[in-house]
Amino acid sequence: MSGATVTSPVETRIRAANAERAGAFVGYLPVGFPDLATSIDGAIALAESGADVIELGLPYSDPVMDGPVIQRATQAALAGGFRLRHAFEALRAITAAVDAPVLLMTYWNPVLAYGVERFADDVVAAGGAGLITPDLIPDEAGEWLAASESRGLDRVFLAAPTSSDARLEAAVAASRGFVYTVSTMGITGARADVDSAARTLVGRLREHGVSNACVGLGVSTAAQVAEVLGYADGAIVGSALVAALADGGLDRLGVVARDLASGTRGPGRAPASR
Amino acid sequence: MTTTDARYSQPGPYFGAYGGRYVPEPLVAALDELSAAWEHAKTDPVFQAELADLHRNYTGRPSPLTEVPRFAAHAGEARVFLKREDLNHTGSHKINNVLGQALLTRRVGKHRVIAETGAGQHGVATATAAALFGLDCTIYMGEVDTERQALNVARMRLLGAEVVAVKAGSRTLKDAINEAMRDWVTNVATTNYVFGTVAGPHPFPAMVRDLQRIIGDEARAQLLERTGSLPDAVCACVGGGSNAIGIFTAFLDDPGVALYGFEAGGEGIDTARHAATIGRGRPGVLHGARSYLLQDEDGQTQESHSISAGLDYPGVGPEHAFLADAGRATYRAVTDAAAMDALRLLSRTEGIIPAIESAHALAGALELGRELGPSATILVNLSGRGDKDMVTAGQWFELIDRDAEQS
Repeated sequence: MSGATVTSPVETRIRAANAERAGAFVGYLPVGFPDLATSIDGAIALAESGADVIELGLPYSDPVMDGPVIQRATQAALAGGFRLRHAFEALRAITAAVDAPVLLMTYWNPVLAYGVERFADDVVAAGGAGLITPDLIPDEAGEWLAASESRGLDRVFLAAPTSSDARLEAAVAASRGFVYTVSTMGITGARADVDSAARTLVGRLREHGVSNACVGLGVSTAAQVAEVLGYADGAIVGSALVAALADGGLDRLGVVARDLASGTRGPGRAPASR
Repeated sequence: MTTTDARYSQPGPYFGAYGGRYVPEPLVAALDELSAAWEHAKTDPVFQAELADLHRNYTGRPSPLTEVPRFAAHAGEARVFLKREDLNHTGSHKINNVLGQALLTRRVGKHRVIAETGAGQHGVATATAAALFGLDCTIYMGEVDTERQALNVARMRLLGAEVVAVKAGSRTLKDAINEAMRDWVTNVATTNYVFGTVAGPHPFPAMVRDLQRIIGDEARAQLLERTGSLPDAVCACVGGGSNAIGIFTAFLDDPGVALYGFEAGGEGIDTARHAATIGRGRPGVLHGARSYLLQDEDGQTQESHSISAGLDYPGVGPEHAFLADAGRATYRAVTDAAAMDALRLLSRTEGIIPAIESAHALAGALELGRELGPSATILVNLSGRGDKDMVTAGQWFELIDRDAEQS
């Protein structure tokens, strides 16, 4: 953990979820899908349905970490006219409506193009908690580390099963809010089993003093949320929520989100997911 | 004669402000493994002997240096020499890189290779090396390109590779790279990514440069032997930039040798349809490295255009970005029309049909020769042959008989 003096809203929220329940439910939706207004309503519905932390995805032309469900949604958002300013509009509207802290999840080039300092200022102005940066490793993050540190923004880096101990230590040291624990070698999308590699990786992160490890990639059911929260501090769900919004609109999104949130009440009490 | 100017010889991972590794964390271990394997291999005499044997007895190296006086008559009477990478096995310079990376794949104990391809030249070269080494092979190719280059798809399949048509995004080379990276993230334990150009995350820009520099090393010695002096200018086309880096590297420390990269100007660099990344792009991050790229004000990658599928890429290798900023190399744009004219001119004056990619370098040499005049010597990297481009050329010059088309 960094030596930041400002308390991280995401960390505070995840700690509270772990005190009250088995852990935190972190939910992802992209801005601008199926349109800007619905994406805002969707994120609000997600928080009202029990998500502890919202990950708001910023559509990008070359999303190398994303599987087909999220690719289709973010491509549709771009085709529908998504611009960067819409991300800040959405952030402002969502944070005004809900208490759950909101992180922007963004590939790095849009931030570079906007200007790292300016981007950080606008995240603060819109009430955002910070950034998750899937293609930025701490080694290349000097400018962002400085900009986030001076503004008290959270910064979430990834840890992978293949990461060396030295790299895990660097991820833990650089991250604020939580460390995004990549459950398996792969891209976003639902999977039948959450890899046992995730449990091992969370254990390794604990040895390096991680305060919050949240597990993502392949988590799509309440039972998987409950399973993950047996060893991690949070469970991250993306594709299952995006698919629900795509297939059944806000109603279906609410149903799926409430079900996933039930997984935070621990194993044994989680109902079957469908 | 030769002065060592270390400013221009950059080992990587950074080339001035460019390069680096902008990749998801799950790939870092594989990139570290590859970097370490390459650091060892490039000074290992056993590896170098194996590679040299393949170059000589499989590819047919050294490739010849051909003087082209009838072509040069149109280039201000300058002396023009072509480095004949078109005569390599598989028809382009791509094989130089692929054989090295295939050897490396075996060294790191992996049995599967993946690659991206645009025109299909790198895909064909990778499928060839996979067949030679008995490796499983999957090639990612944008759906648009599989339609434009159906014959190369057939070649790759005949060589035993699986060809995946990528339907995401613009369905061209940049999306093929995205999909190959997704495959690599998922299968990194068994799979090596044989990257085709001097772009991408470290170690690819440095490693592909090291594997392609044989072009310039040979050409420099051949030209010295033939003419007793170094060229005044070296010309190469630039998409991702591997053939250009391959011929430039040997001359970086020769201050009297001007280096020229010719980007695809498409329908003109003042239109929206071109691939002049250095000429019209801005620095940013794409496919794992910081370099120039074609992007909108929000940092979304813009689609490029070129009649040449191999130059139709909105990014460029980071070492080119560095050489451009440092002023060591000059980058100009050549339009589709100028490239096609040069393609026809070389065919008719010298009996050599170049790839459309390489025709951009030829068009650049014509322009440069007229600027430099008859006392100049110009070295052009003829990076590939034009057999694959006959459908495009046939349509462009209306060479295909309508009756024949119908029969």
